[in-house]
Amino acid sequence: MTKVLIGLSLGVLLGYLYPVTINLVYPKLISVVLLVALDSVFGGLCAQVNKNFSDTIFITGFATNALFAAFLVFLGDSLDIDLYYVALLVFGFRIFKNLAGLRKHFMKNL
Amino acid sequence: MDKIRALLTRGGWSITFVCMAIGFMVAIQFKQVHNVKDTLPAQRVEELSGRLIQVEEERDELSKQVEILNNELSTSTNDEFISELKFQAGTLAVEGEGIILKMDDSTRAAKSGENPNLYLIHDDDILRVINELRAAGAEAISINGQRLIATSEIRCAGPTLSVNNVRSAAPYEIRAIGEKKSLENSIKMRGGVVDSLKVWGIQLEVTTGDKIYIPPYKGTTKRVYSHAVEEQ
Repeated sequence: MTKVLIGLSLGVLLGYLYPVTINLVYPKLISVVLLVALDSVFGGLCAQVNKNFSDTIFITGFATNALFAAFLVFLGDSLDIDLYYVALLVFGFRIFKNLAGLRKHFMKNL
Repeated sequence: MDKIRALLTRGGWSITFVCMAIGFMVAIQFKQVHNVKDTLPAQRVEELSGRLIQVEEERDELSKQVEILNNELSTSTNDEFISELKFQAGTLAVEGEGIILKMDDSTRAAKSGENPNLYLIHDDDILRVINELRAAGAEAISINGQRLIATSEIRCAGPTLSVNNVRSAAPYEIRAIGEKKSLENSIKMRGGVVDSLKVWGIQLEVTTGDKIYIPPYKGTTKRVYSHAVEEQ
């Protein structure tokens, strides 16, 4: 938990101090990548409590998911189809699933 | 509980890293949203400034043409009579003593149930001012840089005012050349324009001067339907 908090606060600090504001073309990208990252974190926490966490799987999962989601955004933008909804839906769904997994684990341990 | 903590702290620095990414993006996006609320979308600004530059170029081009044509005119026939005609037509830039009247919409907010239109300047307010100025002997008048000539209209065009088919918005600057004292009094007299508009909080500011410049009429004049005939 502490690592999550350290990471979050460091990131917020960095982002706040970052002088450049990103152009308005990218909000889709940010929303998708943000969801991918959230999904990865919840997935990682879930894996940790289930004792099958692996750093390599975690990082590669995050990277490939983020890349593919970004690709979907790019493709959708060039075809003028909102393909990124796919990523939003899937990752949103998975976040809640992982959250449920975490909750069940903690309920069992109580 | 200790078991859980051990699980959560084993390995997992990668989670810190990804959390950092989340925090970073959230912070950037947060800043962005607050920025956008304060300013116009960048695209809109770019579009508008692009159009402005284009229109300004067109305007410069046209005014150059006007100058060239005027030069041709003045070199061929340059005498008092022409000058007098040009003055009467309003195509002569003039300078002299007169007044500058600045009008702006009311700063007061309309009370609920009141018509907010009462607090804005309308075409008929401007018309009243112009009428008073003319009655007081104004020789040349301009509204926001548009010289009033015989065919000039002063007309409401949505939220703007159309003079010589050029639209402008408040604040309005009306310049008039004439005897400055009587021009000023015609506007400021009791029960006059200033008095009645002040009730609604409309801002009027009259300044007199000895060197008021009034630009010439820059548009074109058409004569399609009128033909010269003997006086009847």
